[in-house]
Order: sequence, then C-alpha cells, then structure tokens
Amino acid sequence: MKKENKETKYEKRFDGRNFDQLRPIEAKIGIIKNADGSASFKMGDTYAIASVFGPRDLRPRFLQNPQKGTLRCTYDMLSFSVTERKRPGPNRRSVEVSLVTGWALAPVICLDEYPNTVIDVYIEVIQANAGTRCAGICAAALALASAGILMKDLVSAVSVGKIGDKIVLDLIKEEEDFDPATDIPIAFTPRTGELTLLQLDGSISKDELKKAIELAKKGCQTIYDLQKKTLKEHFSKMELENDIQ
Amino acid sequence: MTFNEKYILNLIEKEQRTDGRTLMDYRKIKIETGISKNAEGSAKVTIGDTEVIVGVKLDLGEPFPDTPDEGTIIVNAELLPLSSQEFEAGPPGTEATELARIIDRGIRESKAIDFKKLALIPGEKIWMVFIDIYTINHAGNLIDASALAAAAALQVARFPKVENNKVVYGEFTNKLLPSTKLPVTCTVSKIRNKFIVDQTLEEEGSASARLSVALIDGKIHAMQKGLLGPLTPEEVEQMIDIAIEKERELRKHLK
Repeated sequence: MKKENKETKYEKRFDGRNFDQLRPIEAKIGIIKNADGSASFKMGDTYAIASVFGPRDLRPRFLQNPQKGTLRCTYDMLSFSVTERKRPGPNRRSVEVSLVTGWALAPVICLDEYPNTVIDVYIEVIQANAGTRCAGICAAALALASAGILMKDLVSAVSVGKIGDKIVLDLIKEEEDFDPATDIPIAFTPRTGELTLLQLDGSISKDELKKAIELAKKGCQTIYDLQKKTLKEHFSKMELENDIQ
Repeated sequence: MTFNEKYILNLIEKEQRTDGRTLMDYRKIKIETGISKNAEGSAKVTIGDTEVIVGVKLDLGEPFPDTPDEGTIIVNAELLPLSSQEFEAGPPGTEATELARIIDRGIRESKAIDFKKLALIPGEKIWMVFIDIYTINHAGNLIDASALAAAAALQVARFPKVENNKVVYGEFTNKLLPSTKLPVTCTVSKIRNKFIVDQTLEEEGSASARLSVALIDGKIHAMQKGLLGPLTPEEVEQMIDIAIEKERELRKHLK
C-alpha cells in the first residue's frame, strides 16, 4: 500500500529520529529453556525471537555431510505480528527470508567442526514494524553464540534505505510505504567488515548505495556493541551461578 | 520403561513430584497482556517453564449459510519447533489440532462470546475472530496454559476500525469484544492410581489418562478425555471435582 505522495521530499522522519539514528535496541539471552541457545532482539516496535537446537543428528541420514555440518534456518512471523492477519505457516516470502538468513549466518559458523550434524535455527517474529529479517538475524547470532556453537564472528544486521531523497538508517513501516522508498536489508560480520546479507528493492544510484552501505555499517557497529555486551553479561552470570553451585 | 518414567511413577505413588510440589499444586502462573501491538488482543502465559502466547485478530467475512446473523471464532494452534526438540516443522499435526479444538469448544460452548453481536450486517458481513495459539517453551500442560492465554487475550481484544464496511488494518477502536466471563480449562492427569494437576512434560509421558474440563464458575462447558487409559465413572467425578476446585485458583490470575 503505497502512500500517495507527489512530493518526493522527506525532510523529517515519521518518528522524529535523525536520519542516521537507530531505533532503541534491546537484546536478551536464554529466553527459551528447552533450546540449546536462544535470544530475543528488539528494534523499536520490531521484535524477533530465535532458538537454536543442535548440533544434532541430521535425519534422514543420506542428507548428512561427513565434511561439515548443515545449518538449517527457519524464519516465520506469528499470524498476529502484522496488521492484517497472516495465515500461519510458511509462505513464499518466509521461505526466501529463511534462505537468505541462512546465508547471512553460515559464514561465521565453524561448520567444519560439526560433520554429519545439523544446527537448527528457528526465528519467529512476534511483532513487526519493518526490519524483521534483520532483527531475526541479530537474535539468531546471539542464540547461536549462547548455544556454544563455535563461531568466527557475530552477525549484525539492519536495514537502510532511500526515502524520498534521503539516505536513512533502520526503516520503519511508514518509511517502507513512502513513495519513493528503497529498502536495503544488510548484514555485516563486524570483525571482518564483510557483507553476508544484501537485498534491495526500489531504485538508487551506485553512489547513494555506497553511502547507504556505510550507514548500515555504522548502525551494525552499535548493534554489535550491544550484542557483545549482552553475551558477556550472560556468560558472566552463568559463571556466577556455577560458582554458587 | 525409561529410568525417568520409573522414577516419576515411584514418586507419584508416594504423592511426591520431581519439583517438590504436592499432587494438587500448579507451578507458578504469570499472565502478561498486550505483548504484540498489531494484534487486536494478545497475551503471554507462563506456567512454570511452559510458555504460550495467544494473539487475537479480527477480520470481516461472510456468514455461514446456517447462521447468517452470527459471527464466528477460528482457533488455530502451532506447536513451534522453536519451543521443543519434539516439535517438527510443517502443518499442524494431530496434537496441535486437538489442542486448538479443545480451546475452541470451551469458548464456543460456554457462549462467553456472543456470536450474534459479531454480525456487522446480519446476513452479509460478520466478524471472524481468529485466536492463534503459539508455543514458546513446551514443559507440559499446554492445554491449561493455552486456555488461560486465550481468555486473557480475548478479555483485552478490541475491534479494529471499520470504514465502508472494510477493516482499516492497524487501527483500533476502544470497543472491547462482546464477552462475558470466559472459560478456564483445568486438566487432571491420572498416573498409576493418583490424580495430579499441571503435569510437567515428564509426567505427561507417564500419565495413563487425562481429563480437561472447561469451566465457568463450576459449570462444565467442554471436556476432553485424552490418552489410552480408561477411567471409571467415579474417577471422572473425582477429576471433575478437582478441576472445579482449581478453576477458582486459575481464575484469580485473570483480571
């Protein structure tokens, strides 16, 4: 549903943020007891949770890879996470997002260490206001780390875009619906500064895209700092609990 | 028989449980409403380590030919693989379908929601109330947790805005759903010759039978006997008595 907008100027953000400002972010670890690792990630009104099971036996056995482990990502949205009810179960969109989420996360996981097994990552969006795949990736990276999976790096993700003629960090739904709007979800491996997720829809020049990617990198740095802090707190709390026991 | 099962059976015979509860104790119950802004109503219920969330969404549709002036409810349950090793991806299986139908019958048969008041234009446009149940952590007793979460979500659910007989998605009115006191479901499980409430996942594996009773102030509105073990009429009576007693306790958590 594109909003009628003759003016292409976007002078002030709908929620009053600066153009290079993230929404408030919040991360939690250990939210699902049954899972080997779990985390939640909030970006403003977007809220995703992730759980990790594994490494565990991959069945059927013919799917097993004796060279390295398999990462299986499943992303979905709860029916009531969006304004118009989404039918429960996967659809074309969620299948594609699951695929690119796997590609965003796999490069940092030491899958060579886990031959013949599968690591399952499940992401559910509880509340959606744009950037759900990015919030899902941020949560999943934390869930994987908290499961003790060997990783070379974390993954941090945020969407950037061009709204009107402005390059903007961390879009909300109203901005995605603005006309013209270009939406670019991006994931970075913060330590090496490489991109592991890059999608785009809209229209943008090469120079503007370069600026947008730089802005995303800046946003991801802030997210990374929070992810690191949350992980450190989680593990020091665990240590403390072990000491008491 | 696994070691775990044997251990649980021995304990239950001594009227003890692995977590120190008596046979008639629920684990700690917590209800939180308004957990998802885009839902007309939503709630999260935790009973011990079990966590369930329920969201209510409303949309307009055409009435069934046999009830032209009534709205309807549609209950769906998803046992998310995210919430347990045991749950697999895919469309709802038998366990999820049974869960959804137990919750559906409790709400429908109690007439807690007046379907007649859900007709926007009788014979033409009616409200469909979608009640979607999702498990977040499965540690036993999903039925009671889901019923409680559904009731809590329905209590706070409000109508969306309507323009030209169409829903304006994402905008809400202050008008609450037309409901009276909602049913609460209590499940009593039989292990050996003892009855327990609020079974854990391990206890669920050791139970021979369960009886779920949807109640409003001691009045029975829906029941489901589950699992393979038979029950005598006397046993059923005893289990209902327990459920009626526990309804009062469960209802205290519903504001």
